[in-house]
Amino acid sequence: MTEISATDDLEIDQSRRRFLTAATVATGAVGAAFAITPFIKSWNPSERARALGAPVEVDVAKIDPGQMVVTSWRKQAIYVVHRTPEMVATLPQNDARLKDPTSADSDQPPYAKNEMRSLKPEYLVLIGICTHLGCLPKQHFERGDAALGADWPGGFFCPCHGSKFDMAGRVMDGSPASVNLRIPPYHFDGDTLTIGVDPQAQKGVA
Amino acid sequence: MANAAEGAAVKGGFRAWLNKRLPVDEFMQSQLLGYYAPKNFNVWYFFGSLALVVFVIQIVTGIFLTMNYKPGELTAFDSVEYIMREVEWGWLIRYMHSTGASFFFVVVYLHMYRALMYGSYKAPRELLWLIGMCLYLALMAEAFFGYVLPWGNMSFWGAQVIVNLFGTIPGIGPGLVEWIRGDYGIADSTLNRFFALHVAALPLALLLLIVLHLVALRQTGSNNPDGIEIKAKLGANGKPLDGIPFHPYYTLKDIVGIGVFLVAFAIVVFFVPTFGGLFLEAPNFTPANALSTPEHIAPVWYFTPYYAILRAVPDQRLGALLMGLSVLVYLFLPWLDRSPVKSVRYRGWIWKLALTVFTVSFLALMYLGLQPAEGRYVMLARIFTACYFAFFVLMPFYTRIDPVKPVPERVTHHA
Amino acid sequence: MRKLAIIVTALALATPAAFASDAEGTASWQQWHAGNALGDRASLQRGARNFMNYCAGCHSLKYLRYQRIGADLGINDDLMKANLVPPGAKITDYVSSAMPASLANASFGIVPPDLSLITRSKSSDYVFRFLKTFYADPAAATGTNNLALPGTAMPHVLSDLQGVPRAVFGEGGRFEKFAEGTPGQLSAAEYDAFVRDTVNFLEYAGEPAKLSRATIGVWVVLYLLLFTAIAWLLKQEYWKDVH
Repeated sequence: MTEISATDDLEIDQSRRRFLTAATVATGAVGAAFAITPFIKSWNPSERARALGAPVEVDVAKIDPGQMVVTSWRKQAIYVVHRTPEMVATLPQNDARLKDPTSADSDQPPYAKNEMRSLKPEYLVLIGICTHLGCLPKQHFERGDAALGADWPGGFFCPCHGSKFDMAGRVMDGSPASVNLRIPPYHFDGDTLTIGVDPQAQKGVA
Repeated sequence: MANAAEGAAVKGGFRAWLNKRLPVDEFMQSQLLGYYAPKNFNVWYFFGSLALVVFVIQIVTGIFLTMNYKPGELTAFDSVEYIMREVEWGWLIRYMHSTGASFFFVVVYLHMYRALMYGSYKAPRELLWLIGMCLYLALMAEAFFGYVLPWGNMSFWGAQVIVNLFGTIPGIGPGLVEWIRGDYGIADSTLNRFFALHVAALPLALLLLIVLHLVALRQTGSNNPDGIEIKAKLGANGKPLDGIPFHPYYTLKDIVGIGVFLVAFAIVVFFVPTFGGLFLEAPNFTPANALSTPEHIAPVWYFTPYYAILRAVPDQRLGALLMGLSVLVYLFLPWLDRSPVKSVRYRGWIWKLALTVFTVSFLALMYLGLQPAEGRYVMLARIFTACYFAFFVLMPFYTRIDPVKPVPERVTHHA
Repeated sequence: MRKLAIIVTALALATPAAFASDAEGTASWQQWHAGNALGDRASLQRGARNFMNYCAGCHSLKYLRYQRIGADLGINDDLMKANLVPPGAKITDYVSSAMPASLANASFGIVPPDLSLITRSKSSDYVFRFLKTFYADPAAATGTNNLALPGTAMPHVLSDLQGVPRAVFGEGGRFEKFAEGTPGQLSAAEYDAFVRDTVNFLEYAGEPAKLSRATIGVWVVLYLLLFTAIAWLLKQEYWKDVH
């Protein structure tokens, strides 16, 4: 005779059943967590993506004062500006017209969190992506640029929504953007600027 | 106390709310708790649930492979190596998929053999068997298309040979081959359409067929190693006396089976993913080359019995025809078998001999299909091809004269 | 792992492969085994050096980056740049051959194949045998021929190490044995070790994941055994109901 006696058999050790059920579920859950990890991690940037995102080098000696070069690092435009002494000297005058003059709310490495927003005053290194909605701000370095008014201090103007940034990438009042342009990690080795690696961590960074 | 009661009410409330809209409890009751399966399942009855497990593994790993695989004759091979080397854990996902393909067939062959041993294809389960056979055919197509995708040299020449089989169809053959390829040779267009079939069309077909297979199974109920209809002896509760609720008894048992299966699966994936060239062949690590046929070309092991039959026949058209028949002949099994008895346990010596001959022939053809088509291999392949077909063709006769034993009233089960 | 590697290496040394250069044992060259061990990191590092010095002139590893080699074989970026990355290449580049395809085609009549997957499509033993069965053949354009790949367009680039053995053929052109030819810088045993290291590196290059695969597999299998055991106990407990 087949009897399923789960209901009427008093000898069933319910606590053992509960314990073994819990043990199986718990072990299975741990296994499931491990099993999904490779699938989740397969979405990380691959070695190819990381190789393409490796630090890029720029020879700053080739940039004349007042000029800018655009390069690309990790699919982002990078602006490298050789600022003239005049550009540097006039930066503090802008403070009153800026949303975040000390870069307190903005995104930059600690060594670029200063008035010049740079390691070396003459070289400005920026991620050229507007912090408003991601367009590329254009260079308007001339003070009093005709298109931007007599009081224009020189800087960047984003054609998409009209955000304005000064020669340190700091956002000006009246812009839709509310934080300064971001600054990537970088360091100098003589005249070689390496974008993508902090000065203190030059070794062993992918 | 009050909080707990409140909590229970909310829970019950949600459950009631849910069940009003989606028959969750009803489904559980009818499909798991209230579904009675014979209590005498043996180890052969693991392979159905295991096939479902492999299907899920293939779908999940397949989806993740698709995220990095690039169909196209210039990109496919490189993208597979990209997955193997540069995508984090890509090698594991790829090996799971390639190993899963072979394990799918291991499990399905054992599942089908179970049906053969215990007469699970016989009335009232003919349709269940036919749907299962459609699943098997769809799976073969799915495996073939998948095999082409890495675009190694075996992929290429495998596609070439299989597609050319359609060229043996009288009249329309040559035009048909060109239409399948979409070019004058196996080409980019072929690879792309096979990719579409592999990742979208056939998985959908498989899913639909699996659902149908399960619905048909629920309708007739499972067969068992004694080949007795347990529904014939009902207890006071209207449930079969020899049945036990699927849940928790068979759900728990199947989990153990899945555990054992995964151990074997993991051993292959992590330690011998190529399985000595049976699961992943060495020549397929060379990119497809239309100007160089690999020295020794054979399909993957799960196709080799049929391939051996193809090569055994010294006529192109007849060979292709016999190969097609060797697969399709299973469809007629429910009507070829005239025995009053389902399970091999209660059949006579004639059936046992016939089944043995078939088993040996199938395995021998599987082995021969992997060997070069030379000398005694061809001779042996012809002998076993004859045995293979004799098993089916003579079945209506020998099953009628087979001295069967009396079938017991109730299943044999030793707790 | 390391212990295992040592054992494997010891076993490999005890196999005929170790005596393969013995003139008497060379008739059975088809049975030679590379006997390399992926767990032997020093061997892999030597193999990488051998590859860069002797193979990379003509052969690429187009699916493998210099940086990945460094990370997998424990060579830091500075050492890689100083010793293994050719001038003009970045450490994140794939290993490329120094020779442009057109020049290769002009000099050999064939573009030397990429070797990323050579041990997977042909096996490590094959590469081992190939590198050890060059022999002097005045009739060949390169002055040498090969038993594993007769008529190969590849010259014996390791001839200054191995020397160039002579092959003795018996009746019907059947290969009988190697005989002493031009001597090289290395002893037979040293040359074997050199080739074994190189093959070891190529096997790694064929599947970088192989270095860690089995180690992970041990844990996965142990876990699955534990899970299955617990699930089995649970199943046994419930099946007590079934009489």
